[in-house]
Amino acid sequence: MTAAPATDGRLGANIMHFARLLRRAGLPVGPSETLAAQQAVSLVDIGDREEARTALRAAMIHRHEHAEVFDQAFSLFWRDPTAAEQAVAMALMDAEKDKKQDRPAPAARRVAEAMAPKRAPSSKPKDEPPHIDAVLTVSERERLQSMDFEAMSAVEINAAKQEIKRLRLPLDLRRTRRLRPDPLGPHIDLRRTIRTSLRQGGEILGIAHSRQVTRPPPLVVLCDISGSMARYAQILLHFLHAVTNDRERVHIFLFGTRLSNITRQLRHRDPEVAFQMVAQMVPDWSGGTRIGEALEQFNRFWSRRVLGQGAVVLLITDGLDRDGANGLAENMDRLHRSCTRLIWLNPLLRWSGFEPKSQGIRAMLPHVDEFRPVHNLASLRGLVDLLSRPAQVGDARKARGSAP
Amino acid sequence: MALPATVADTATLLASQGYIADHELATTVHLAMSMGRPLFLEGEPGTGKTEIAKVLAAGLGRRLVRLQCYDGMDLSAAAYEWDHARQLMAIRLAEAAGDTDRSALSSDIYSREFLQARPLLSAIDPDLPPAVLLIDELDRADEPFEAFLLELLADFQITVPELGTVKAKTLPVVVLTSNRTREVHDAIRRRCLYHWVDYPDAEREREILAVKAPLVPARLSGQVVDFVQKLRATDLFKLPGVAETIDWANALTYLNKTELAPGAVDETLGVLLKYQDDIAKIRGAEAARLVGEAVGDT
Repeated sequence: MTAAPATDGRLGANIMHFARLLRRAGLPVGPSETLAAQQAVSLVDIGDREEARTALRAAMIHRHEHAEVFDQAFSLFWRDPTAAEQAVAMALMDAEKDKKQDRPAPAARRVAEAMAPKRAPSSKPKDEPPHIDAVLTVSERERLQSMDFEAMSAVEINAAKQEIKRLRLPLDLRRTRRLRPDPLGPHIDLRRTIRTSLRQGGEILGIAHSRQVTRPPPLVVLCDISGSMARYAQILLHFLHAVTNDRERVHIFLFGTRLSNITRQLRHRDPEVAFQMVAQMVPDWSGGTRIGEALEQFNRFWSRRVLGQGAVVLLITDGLDRDGANGLAENMDRLHRSCTRLIWLNPLLRWSGFEPKSQGIRAMLPHVDEFRPVHNLASLRGLVDLLSRPAQVGDARKARGSAP
Repeated sequence: MALPATVADTATLLASQGYIADHELATTVHLAMSMGRPLFLEGEPGTGKTEIAKVLAAGLGRRLVRLQCYDGMDLSAAAYEWDHARQLMAIRLAEAAGDTDRSALSSDIYSREFLQARPLLSAIDPDLPPAVLLIDELDRADEPFEAFLLELLADFQITVPELGTVKAKTLPVVVLTSNRTREVHDAIRRRCLYHWVDYPDAEREREILAVKAPLVPARLSGQVVDFVQKLRATDLFKLPGVAETIDWANALTYLNKTELAPGAVDETLGVLLKYQDDIAKIRGAEAARLVGEAVGDT
């Protein structure tokens, strides 16, 4: 990039302040954006407010999601840069309620923890098994509450990584159209053959081969975090974190009464920081479930963005729906038609002889490719084993057949 | 033709080719051209993203180099490929002639003569006239391809290991489009100027119809735009884009309609909406209601 032409000193300083303000409001604006902004405003008529705004926006943000924050910041900042700055930053942080609040400083906390005496175990009972009735009834209120996760020790993190390495979802070996060198491969690589032959004086002594690269398809996980699933939240989140950091092209959504995309949060390598960010961002832990509505939101706003390139969808829910399966069948059907494979993981079926009686379950079963019940979801290892099991043909159909 | 000097000139250039751009888009296009940065356009299908590149090429009198992206696209399809058959032949000929100078042979068969240029290389070829490069539907390509684009987008050059670096003499105008079926990586976004192409407002959509579907009577086109604008406010899975509006207005004209009527709308709804659920939702009472409002307004 060429250096920005000299803009008038005061304007330049103001753009720098503006960039700082955007950064504080949580937008990823770095020096290169600031330079581009300086160059952009020098090319348009700054007397025209609209034109200046468009120029700054084109140069400073790169995502549609950020446009609204930018516009707010612009209209406030360029009215009274100095006085507004502080207040604006606060207001924006309020408006952008999610992760943009104070980010945990992992290193500092680690250091402090390391210096302090070992923490007394948390007094909050975490895995107290809920009464069976409590699990089966679906909460009528939307309970907004935050969630605490047990921190993982370094040993546990490593163990989780080991486990997740074994995960092989069905259809995981999908061939791409890319080739890699392989002496036993079925394709002939002429470019490499000729290059090698030149080293041998133009004599072709051996033919180079290549093979198609296989690559796991994108994975989209929709995970239920309502009250009836609360006991699994810990282990599922560990699973989701490990899987996000192990594979490429993973998108994670949580839903209870609303849908939250937590992919960016989980991508943080340190699980503790990631969980803290997730807990701050997701407002509906352990509340009721509106599966139909959550799926509708997913279908409308996300499916076209994340289900491309043959994605596999993993739906983790017990199928207990507060809305009486309202709109569930239609949205399951649409989801099923937009992805390559839909796997439903149901952790409620702890007894054999299960019959899908709940309306929600009956609405969902006809629309899944694979139905995988978990009888005892106690460990990450168990979960990985279950998901890596080869697909059974007619699995879902059998379960459907037993429906009353 | 030289690049336009001001935003107004850019808007005039686009308008001269029948593209009605709003002020924001014209500003962004102008900036991309004068800053020499690629332009990254995102937006719903049918909002005229690809059209911008075509219009720019026609307006600037440059050749349009188009690269349609698809999954698994590799260098040999996008940038260049060596002509292996001719290389082999050259080796055999050298052999037959008793030529034993190995280094001469290797520089011979790795020369431009044996290199087949694909769209990306042809867009920055210093020996060809300046180009407008359209990288269409980038979201359909896979991530490894994006990584390859980084060198091209930052420096407008492509490095061929056997040959060296090919660099553009005149910077091409680069337009990238995406329908957001996949999130394009931040590294690409950062090298570009970004613009979200939204659905046009009623006034601009009427102007677009007047230019793109001149045979449609003014009264009908007003009603069509009104209907579509109202439709975009409803709860549909896939909202109709401008391309659909144009098609629909033309379709109604072919059927000799001069005014919107519920029956005609039901018959032609497939031109506007492309999902059965959406059609089922609108057909009948809802369509009649929207027609009533649209006809009442004009």
